[in-house]
Amino acid sequence: MTDKIEKVSIVVSKGSLEGVYPALIMANGARAEGIEANLFFTFFGLDAIHKARHEHIKLATVGNPGLHLATWAGGLPGMSAVMTHYLAGKLEKLDIPPIPEFLEMIADTGAGLYACKASVDLFGLSKEDFIDQIKDIITVGEFYDLAAGGQIIFT
Amino acid sequence: MPTRVYAGVEVTVNDEGFFTDPEQWREEMAAELAAESGIAVLTEQHWQVVKHMRHEYETKGTGPTVRALGKTSGVSIKELYQLFPKGPAKLAARIAGIPKPRGCI
Repeated sequence: MTDKIEKVSIVVSKGSLEGVYPALIMANGARAEGIEANLFFTFFGLDAIHKARHEHIKLATVGNPGLHLATWAGGLPGMSAVMTHYLAGKLEKLDIPPIPEFLEMIADTGAGLYACKASVDLFGLSKEDFIDQIKDIITVGEFYDLAAGGQIIFT
Repeated sequence: MPTRVYAGVEVTVNDEGFFTDPEQWREEMAAELAAESGIAVLTEQHWQVVKHMRHEYETKGTGPTVRALGKTSGVSIKELYQLFPKGPAKLAARIAGIPKPRGCI
């Protein structure tokens, strides 16, 4: 087989459940295929690696036509929590781990997890706010160095 | 269907080199299969995973994914990737002579 992908660097920019999971599944899947993988968390994607927040990543129930839910219904108090809980049950049945466990597993596969410096500064965060699996807080330039020679995926 | 010779026996494989008939597999073939995947020596721990893979396939009809391997083989995910750097489930399945597991996780 020619043109095999050897490396992927995935940018996670959203802090919603549907913004985070696809990136984690793709990174984990890459490693399972023997493909080198990096995850770069930026903007609201930082919530996925934030110690206090990554257990509480919610599904967006407003402005999400894919849910086939009336906009007013999506905005009802507790709706996001209910839908997130519902989806978590379905994910568990498929053996897809919760986000904190998934991140640990992905780090164990040898993938690199990084936080975006500009976003960390913007939100007034520091390395202590993040899970231990985060290798470093890096600049955009450093991200491109890391991604060199591979594919970049933005989610 | 392509054929290859392992341990002096001709077997049929698919385009990715996975056995199409797991019945054709013999333990003696594992070392050659491993060498093709860049694993020079099959240690006891490699064998633990390969045998587990084979066992799971025989009982469930499909090989486990990496996460399932980590939970059931007695070898952690971290160690699995040290043993099989180019993808634990994929390589162990190939060495065990079973089809490639198709899970996403």
